[in-house]
Amino acid sequence: MSNNTIEFRNVVKRFGDKTVVDNLSFHVRAGECFGLLGPNGAGKTTTLKMLLGLAEPDAGEISLCGQTIPSGARFARQRVGVVPQFDNLDPDFSVRENLLVFGRYFGLPASKTRAMVPELLEFARLENKADARVGELSGGMRRRLTLARALISDPDVLILDEPTTGLDPQARHLIWDRLRSLLTRGKTILLTTHFMEEAERLCHRLCIIEEGRKITEGAPSELVANEIGCDVIEVYGSAPSALRDELAPFAARTEISGETLFCYVHDAAPVNARLAGRTGLRYVHRPANLEDVFLRLTGREMQD
Amino acid sequence: MDAPPYDTDARAHRAVGRASRMGLALPANATNWIAVWRRNYLVWRKLAAASMIGNLADPMIYLFGLGLGLGLMVGHVDGVSYIAFLAAGTVGSSVMMSATFESMYSAFSRMHVQRTWEAIMHTPLTLGDVVVGEIVWAASKAVLSGAAIMLVAGMLGYAQFPSMLLALPIIALAGLAFASLAMIVTALAPSYDFFMFYQTLVLTPMLLLSGVFFPLKQLPEAVRQGAMVLPLAHAVELIRAAMLGRPAANVGVHVAILVAYAIVPFFVCAALFRRRLMR
Repeated sequence: MSNNTIEFRNVVKRFGDKTVVDNLSFHVRAGECFGLLGPNGAGKTTTLKMLLGLAEPDAGEISLCGQTIPSGARFARQRVGVVPQFDNLDPDFSVRENLLVFGRYFGLPASKTRAMVPELLEFARLENKADARVGELSGGMRRRLTLARALISDPDVLILDEPTTGLDPQARHLIWDRLRSLLTRGKTILLTTHFMEEAERLCHRLCIIEEGRKITEGAPSELVANEIGCDVIEVYGSAPSALRDELAPFAARTEISGETLFCYVHDAAPVNARLAGRTGLRYVHRPANLEDVFLRLTGREMQD
Repeated sequence: MDAPPYDTDARAHRAVGRASRMGLALPANATNWIAVWRRNYLVWRKLAAASMIGNLADPMIYLFGLGLGLGLMVGHVDGVSYIAFLAAGTVGSSVMMSATFESMYSAFSRMHVQRTWEAIMHTPLTLGDVVVGEIVWAASKAVLSGAAIMLVAGMLGYAQFPSMLLALPIIALAGLAFASLAMIVTALAPSYDFFMFYQTLVLTPMLLLSGVFFPLKQLPEAVRQGAMVLPLAHAVELIRAAMLGRPAANVGVHVAILVAYAIVPFFVCAALFRRRLMR
């Protein structure tokens, strides 16, 4: 196909009458961190399953590490580490044993895996937990162990399905830090997330998918500049529609989501001036971010 | 498909597609499964003593409870003491139970609850490697319990020494057959409750109709023929001949049926697991 590490070309996946992945194309270059963003149920996990050869597309072509998927999937998986969405560490084993047993699945000799364990434990900041059972670990530790386990075969590519969902902020930042250090070591990363901050911090490029369709693709800063291109003032604490009528003439665009009014402004001064001093209102002026892009493209209102 | 229904190219293409899809659920090679077997072995080793006691206590209680108790009333069966007759049946039934339960409850936990299979399928191993590893593991546990009961029976003089060793390959084969068969149930099970159907509707009738507790010839001919469709009767027949040091009739037929029960259900369960896990 090409020398992209990951390539999806016009991939379609249906479950019965429902098309869950709809003509999806994207590619990930070696050494890049690429994000698949989308609301729950957008088809992210199905996309990863197809990439790993664990679900067959109904149409389209997929390649991973130079292998055609699904026929060459098991050879491709030799060079890939996976961090799944739901914890699947082995509860019957200690932290160390989880790593040792996993190495076997890659056909690695025990001596080689054993030699790698201290480094992986250090990477995952689990040096003191080597003999702890998985059940004794916190959520963040479990995620880090899953990440360390994915690295047991020293893979070129890491595939992470919502790597920080359910983690507290400290744990999340530690995972981000670890992922960045992997990028500096030249690993290619594909991750799915619905945390915009995560995508903005980590991803070189990303694509936003909704109902299995790609709705946009690009570098985070590019997307923010192209899709929003101005600052945002968020106002909450009052009836948003009345406020909208008042502020709309001074904003490039306005949007309401729940009880919050979003004013997209090139010049914040007139809006700020009208809001200043009002009681019962809270407002914040900030640069546009990926969340604005995401919400704008997928709709501000909750979908489920 | 937008190809016309009689387009042979499209049909051939679909056939190849089906074959390749199935291929993804089959073992990748002859040795990958060992890593899965070894994983289960390492877990078992931690709790080996408790697990052995659990596995052996039940059949031993049956053997001695029924064997000695009923034996007083029954006297001799087939020319041997009732307990010697029952010993071979107990070996066969414990092989069935231990392979089946490992294949159902334990494999289901690893597949569904712990997601261990998912983790393994993210490595170069395939679903087929996992299923083979699980079946061979369940058979290994069955061999252990069958052999242990046989050993006890041998030490007490209810089985003949060296001929009973011939039962070992049969025990292994029967272990594979029961493990493979139960995997179909696991592949279909929405929850643990589902296994009760297989236990009450298949295992219990099979246990009572396969010559475990009384000779098959006690049964009406039609029922006997029906029992011979199931694997346990064949396993018990061969194990009993070996343990009592008697010549066995129709060894080829018995073995062939057990082999079929080991192989055919494997392909059925692999297809079912593929449908369940790889969509």
